[in-house]
Amino acid sequence: MDADIRLTVDGELHELTVDTRTTLLDLLRERLGNTSPKKGCDHGQCGACTVILDGERALLCLALAVAHDGAEITTANGLAPEGELHPVQQAFLDHDAFQCGYCTPGQVCSAVGLLSEVDRGWPSHATADLTSDPELSDAEVSERMSGNLCRCAAYATITPAVQQAGGAR
Amino acid sequence: MTDLLEPRAMGRDLVRRDGVQKVRGTATYAYETPVESPAFCHPVQATVARGRITGIDTEAAEALDGVLAVLTSENAERLASTDDAELAVLQSPDVAFRGQVVGVVVAETSELARQGADLVVVTYAEQEHDSALTVDHPGLYAPEKVNPSYDTDVVQGDVDAELAASAVVVSHTYATAMVHNNPLEPHASTALWDGSSLTLWDSTQGVHPDRKAVCTVFGLEEEQVRVVCPYVGGGFGSKGTPHANVVLVTMAARALPGRPVKLALTRQQMFSLAGYRTPTIQRMQLGADRDGRIRALTLDVVEQTSRIKEFAEQTGVPARMMYTANARRTTHRLAALDVPVPSWFRAPGECPGMFGPEVAMDELAHELGIDPIELRVRNDPERDPETGQPWSSRHLVECLREGAERFGWAGRDPRPGVRREGRWLVGTGVASSVYPTMRQAQSTADVRFEDGRYVVEIGAADLGTGAWTVLPQIAADALGVDVDDVEVRIGDTRYPIASVAGGSSGTNTWGSAIAVAAREFRGKFGTDPRDGDEASGQVDQADTDDEHATYAFGAQFVEARVDVDTGEVRVPRLLGVFACGRILNPRTARSQFIGGMTMGLSMALHENSVWDPRIGQVANHDLAEYHVTVNADVGDVQAHWLDEEDPYVNVMGAKGIGEIGIVGTAAAVSNAVWHATGVRVRELPVTLDRLLTALP
Ligand code: FES
Ligand code: FES
Repeated sequence: MDADIRLTVDGELHELTVDTRTTLLDLLRERLGNTSPKKGCDHGQCGACTVILDGERALLCLALAVAHDGAEITTANGLAPEGELHPVQQAFLDHDAFQCGYCTPGQVCSAVGLLSEVDRGWPSHATADLTSDPELSDAEVSERMSGNLCRCAAYATITPAVQQAGGAR
Repeated sequence: MTDLLEPRAMGRDLVRRDGVQKVRGTATYAYETPVESPAFCHPVQATVARGRITGIDTEAAEALDGVLAVLTSENAERLASTDDAELAVLQSPDVAFRGQVVGVVVAETSELARQGADLVVVTYAEQEHDSALTVDHPGLYAPEKVNPSYDTDVVQGDVDAELAASAVVVSHTYATAMVHNNPLEPHASTALWDGSSLTLWDSTQGVHPDRKAVCTVFGLEEEQVRVVCPYVGGGFGSKGTPHANVVLVTMAARALPGRPVKLALTRQQMFSLAGYRTPTIQRMQLGADRDGRIRALTLDVVEQTSRIKEFAEQTGVPARMMYTANARRTTHRLAALDVPVPSWFRAPGECPGMFGPEVAMDELAHELGIDPIELRVRNDPERDPETGQPWSSRHLVECLREGAERFGWAGRDPRPGVRREGRWLVGTGVASSVYPTMRQAQSTADVRFEDGRYVVEIGAADLGTGAWTVLPQIAADALGVDVDDVEVRIGDTRYPIASVAGGSSGTNTWGSAIAVAAREFRGKFGTDPRDGDEASGQVDQADTDDEHATYAFGAQFVEARVDVDTGEVRVPRLLGVFACGRILNPRTARSQFIGGMTMGLSMALHENSVWDPRIGQVANHDLAEYHVTVNADVGDVQAHWLDEEDPYVNVMGAKGIGEIGIVGTAAAVSNAVWHATGVRVRELPVTLDRLLTALP
């Protein structure tokens, strides 16, 4: 079965007819040629497909396209104009917070979402004091980034990268 | 001994050349290659662990609108070579393990391909299967060699007499789990057959070895096949040799000439089709004098391979050279089971093989009342115990000493289970690391002067290791120019032949070839070349040294905390010190070291492919159930290195660093957990259930 949807990806509007089984991840990667979000598991288990979906970080492999008519998606490649880098991306470069790079666009988007959540005072499992604003401690960042697996295991450089980007805001 | 290159670019902390593409997500991995109207593949897998296909009904799949082809053993092309049984895809109705490929559906979209694969009905005559590894499996046999070509058994001296003469003997069985590489990018490809030649964008650790395998299997000439792979989303060995998916995607492409096809294994499929590390059982004896001098060492290893293809992990090999002993025996026995084909996983041999022995050293130290670092120092051999050769450089003792200093080892109370902070029992542990420094026999590099810059071409691979960045540093110093004046192109069989990125040998091999090419270039054209001047160099023209035993060494320190009620293990501190020759780029090197160490932590605490011997498959075959270390599992991870220059290994003075980080970590964790709790966990991973009943 097919359905018509409109979707804005990295600032560009698309009018599409999609198979109702199609995930946003496959739609971007296999039809729109936007392979910035990666597929590591297709089951919401690795975080490689993380993007900013309608303002929040989200997993594209768990999102059916048909259920997101009108949605706005920003991938890692849409975070900054070409030739520039988002502060999170710059921090990942500065800290060498990756090796193979396959988890990286997802990590970057996840970090962008995380910083916005922290700005809004959202607590996490690592937040001891629920009455004051969460800080970007190691434990907070690690906890909040734990939905993004890195098989190259760059965690020890990802955490300070996120903190640097958070401090630079 | 070789004349070392003067390090000007080498050793500099340079940002990755492919970094911007990676943080934006514009680096294109194999499946992502932009091609005109691709078709999509979905494999069909065997649902029995052993048997014979009695019927395949593809009618419903073929009737599905948008399905382009359904290939099975009944209609797939006959391959030119089926010598490698793992790659003999769709050639016979026999099923050798559950999950084996029995078909593939190619369709206009990935959704249709998957639906089509679900519609293929395969019936089987199922046979009894045997898939459980046991220490006394009746089928155990001695392989001819162990990976890649080490002796299966080595016996030196009179083991029994030395054991009998020992004041203390530690004798235990250790075990490591079946583990899967699970690179985050699945095994994936895009393939295009134009009727006479193949272009294969494949996620591989070596475009040339990949091409060679494809040519052999399909009976093609090398000129007919181009393999391209600029980026690899991790491999850790599993992309070092092609697996069934590569044959399958090529078959699909050849069935649809002119149409590019894409195939990515699902995460679940990777648990049966992409290689893994065999579980190992290690029976170990260490006999020593009162003063800690080892008299006898025995390590008898039992592990598995698949019935259709042998892979013999060289688990006993590091125990042959690590420490002194008057007598020693190391053996390997395999059971050939109805299981998927095991293969390389980061530091095959050394990684599992430094678990049992390094825990045994800790046990021996405790028995003798000697500090575990001191015990290792007392048994540090002056020459390679196996060959009698001198070391090109061996700074294990220095790594242990410097690590002890940095970690704060001095004054450590050796008693186990006596430190408690709130809910946590606290302990520290140490283990040694080692990895051989290897150079492959074949690699060629071209150097060309182009528009005022030097272009170096070699079919090397960057799996995240930093080759895009580090090879220009080597080339710059070999040519005596600024690194910004060098461009290196890799990842394509159009460039000269390169060896696999495996065995931590890539930089050694390719860098040596580049250095020869630079020397040839300067010899021919001097320092004032003209546009288009070109020279090439081969690694076998580089100086070799057969007189020395060449290894990298390291020491791993761990602080472990164990929850006294739940047995939960946390590792707040992981510290490694390595002696790996010259470090070519501290930034990418550090990432490799901490990546390896953290993967070692993962192996220690989490990774376990739980085998269900009743149905013959990994029960936890996805990333929700197969646990790997996540960010919250990691605390302070530090990698340090000694200034070591080794003039015997290559002109860079550098040893490989991609694998040593994972070696020894798990033993250090287990040793730290014992120090925290008094519970000795000899079987990996160190999970709660293995601690809980034994906790004080
Ligand atoms: S691909 Fe979406 S979470 Fe793994
Ligand atoms: S950088 Fe390779 S998986 Fe994270």
